[in-house]
Amino acid sequence: MSVKLSVSALAIAAVSATAAAARDNVQVAGSSTVLPYASIVAEAFGDNTDFPTPVVESGGSSSGLKRFCEGVGENTIDVANASRAIRESEVAVCAENGVTDIIEVRIGYDGIVFASQQSGPAFTAFEPADIFNAIGAKVLKDGAIVDNTHTTWSEFNADFPDAEIAMFIPGTKHGTREVFEEKVLLIGCEATGAMEAMIAGGMSEDDAEDACLDVRQDGKSVDIDGDYTETLARIDANTNGIGVFGLAFYENNTDKLKVATMSGVEPTTATIASGEYPVSRPLFFYVKKAHIGVIPGLKEYAQFFISDDLAGPSGPLANYGLVSDPELAKTQQMVADEKVMGADM
Amino acid sequence: MTDASMDNVPVKGSLTTVDARTKKRNAAEKRFKAYGLVAIMIGLFFLVVLAVSILRSGLPAFTQAEVRVEFTLTQAQFDEAESQMLKTKAYENFFIAALQSQLEERGLDVSFDPAAIERLLGKTGSTIREYFRENPDQIGTPVTFNLAASSRVDGYFKGRVSRDTVVDSRFLEVTDLDLVDALADAGIIITAFNWNFITGSDSGVDNPGGAGIGVSVIGSFFMMLVVLALSLPIGVAASIYLEEFAPQNWFTDLIEVNISNLAAVPSIVFGILGLAVFIQFMHLPQSAPLVGGLVLTLMTLPTIIISTRASLKSVPPSIREAALGVGASKMQTVFHHVLPLAAPGILTGTIIGLAQALGETAPLLLIGMVGFIARAYPEGVVSGFIDPNSAMPAQIYTWAARADAGFYEKAWGGIIILLIFLLTMNIIAIILRRRFERRW
Repeated sequence: MSVKLSVSALAIAAVSATAAAARDNVQVAGSSTVLPYASIVAEAFGDNTDFPTPVVESGGSSSGLKRFCEGVGENTIDVANASRAIRESEVAVCAENGVTDIIEVRIGYDGIVFASQQSGPAFTAFEPADIFNAIGAKVLKDGAIVDNTHTTWSEFNADFPDAEIAMFIPGTKHGTREVFEEKVLLIGCEATGAMEAMIAGGMSEDDAEDACLDVRQDGKSVDIDGDYTETLARIDANTNGIGVFGLAFYENNTDKLKVATMSGVEPTTATIASGEYPVSRPLFFYVKKAHIGVIPGLKEYAQFFISDDLAGPSGPLANYGLVSDPELAKTQQMVADEKVMGADM
Repeated sequence: MTDASMDNVPVKGSLTTVDARTKKRNAAEKRFKAYGLVAIMIGLFFLVVLAVSILRSGLPAFTQAEVRVEFTLTQAQFDEAESQMLKTKAYENFFIAALQSQLEERGLDVSFDPAAIERLLGKTGSTIREYFRENPDQIGTPVTFNLAASSRVDGYFKGRVSRDTVVDSRFLEVTDLDLVDALADAGIIITAFNWNFITGSDSGVDNPGGAGIGVSVIGSFFMMLVVLALSLPIGVAASIYLEEFAPQNWFTDLIEVNISNLAAVPSIVFGILGLAVFIQFMHLPQSAPLVGGLVLTLMTLPTIIISTRASLKSVPPSIREAALGVGASKMQTVFHHVLPLAAPGILTGTIIGLAQALGETAPLLLIGMVGFIARAYPEGVVSGFIDPNSAMPAQIYTWAARADAGFYEKAWGGIIILLIFLLTMNIIAIILRRRFERRW
């Protein structure tokens, strides 16, 4: 008994001792889209410098930024990864909690692709209008706005196979969802004329925009809150399933997935870099300036991440599927100067 | 009257002939036995299916396609590589160049270029750099390296990638497979037991060949130390007090009800509690096994208290009465007589509680132990408790979510290792029970 008691006394002593100990590693959390890139960088950072390997957690852009904005101090994270830009409201929450100086770092671009089972029906070419007609909550039918009752793709576009609608889209906590809404649903809503009809029906423009982004809730469209692996599993189990993936994930699973063109453009790193492929978004990470100089290796990590050797067109990140940012040099300068958001450029 | 009363007397069946009612009863019994057997069969069937699928998906993780090459690094190359920012890449390029010139010397009849060789190799740079930094005297002498091949090549040897399904990509081109075959014939690419999987740490998503579960096993070990050191004394003390000393009143009843309820609380709740109390309030480090252990202690305590109380209860009152009868105090009775007799039961309960905690992922999600945590082995006991680390189930979860099929295989391999630990713990619990348990 006395041995056990002393062991537990030791543990309690350890608890109180560590409360004062400093953290020596960079702590990162956020977007699951950025996670693979961040993990590549973190591993290389640990291998190539004398700093310990940073810890990178996942969980989605919103949850990462939420944790980022919890405050300043060792028990908060240093870097938030995001697959969208930080929102005004999030900046406000940050400021409320004392996180005022934030460095925004754009690392490159990522394409969002639509892919289905390799052996499934021939879904090879989409227009935003098709996606909207398939999963929008209210669509334009015979000149009137009605609840979406489409059950098969061929119902609204004869070019498509007579296959049941089953889409797996990123859940609302993912940054990817925002891009999907903006670049696919909204454009599709406008293209089908549904938006115009909604405004003609007495809706304000903002309300109509919101209505365009509503997704039907009858099970034809499923929100995936987990990672792309979950989407892949759903596609594997459903011949008619169409999933939304990041380009890098798709390229790693070409044996299982076939990709569709969007507005006639095939998603590749080249078409995304040139802006031809319409559904792409910038990826970011946000650095707490107050932690630079306190957490060892934080600035070095940020600089290492966006160095030409890593984030450049021939670096390991591009090799994994990141579309390199043509303005990388500008970002490098910005990080070197520790220029925070909102400061004069 | 007599006739009527005769009619009312039930006809007694013979014991030697089976009447309809007995037949029915016997049939019901037979049916029930059959149902039971079917239930067991279904259970066994699923167990076998599970075991087979785990072994089939996971065993390939224990082997690895490796490139075995003799490589000489010159001092000039070492200095050049160390002067760059991305040092590992420089080493990789030296290695690729060396491999290419070796292949040219051998005169393989397949054409190849440096890019093809790069596609065949995994991330080799960090292994090479580490080796030469630790053994500077080896610079300039030929060293034989066994380096992991790329995930696609590895998959080709394991049947995960075949010529029919491979599509030209940045990762592998169909023509590369000719080179792979030639290298395999030449004995340069071999399949070997993957020690790195058992001893290594996590690796970046583009480097499945470098990923290992070893460091997260250490993370789990330190968590279990915390759980054991805290939950055993606290749990046993609480149970002894409740069972032997506490008065029976509404307050102890309330505590009892609450302990039973706590045992049924979903583990993620303890994770949220841990985040709020240990990290945000007490400012303990994030991602540390110490915090993981504290959270799992909360989860394990009710299990240990319940099983300890059960084993204390099963010690017959006559033992206590005898001890008290010869003049022992209450405390002497408990510590000299009751506790030793209850010990096997307590230990069994503790081990099962630990096994449960070992396989738990959900509470770790919230305290930062799930994610990319690729640290080296801890440098000492304190560093083992407070340096960021993952745990076995968390590592498996992380791997299962990655794009490369090589990681999926590793996730299954990790499950096999986790199961080995769980089985060992359960077997120890069974042995303890069999050896020391006393029945009355």
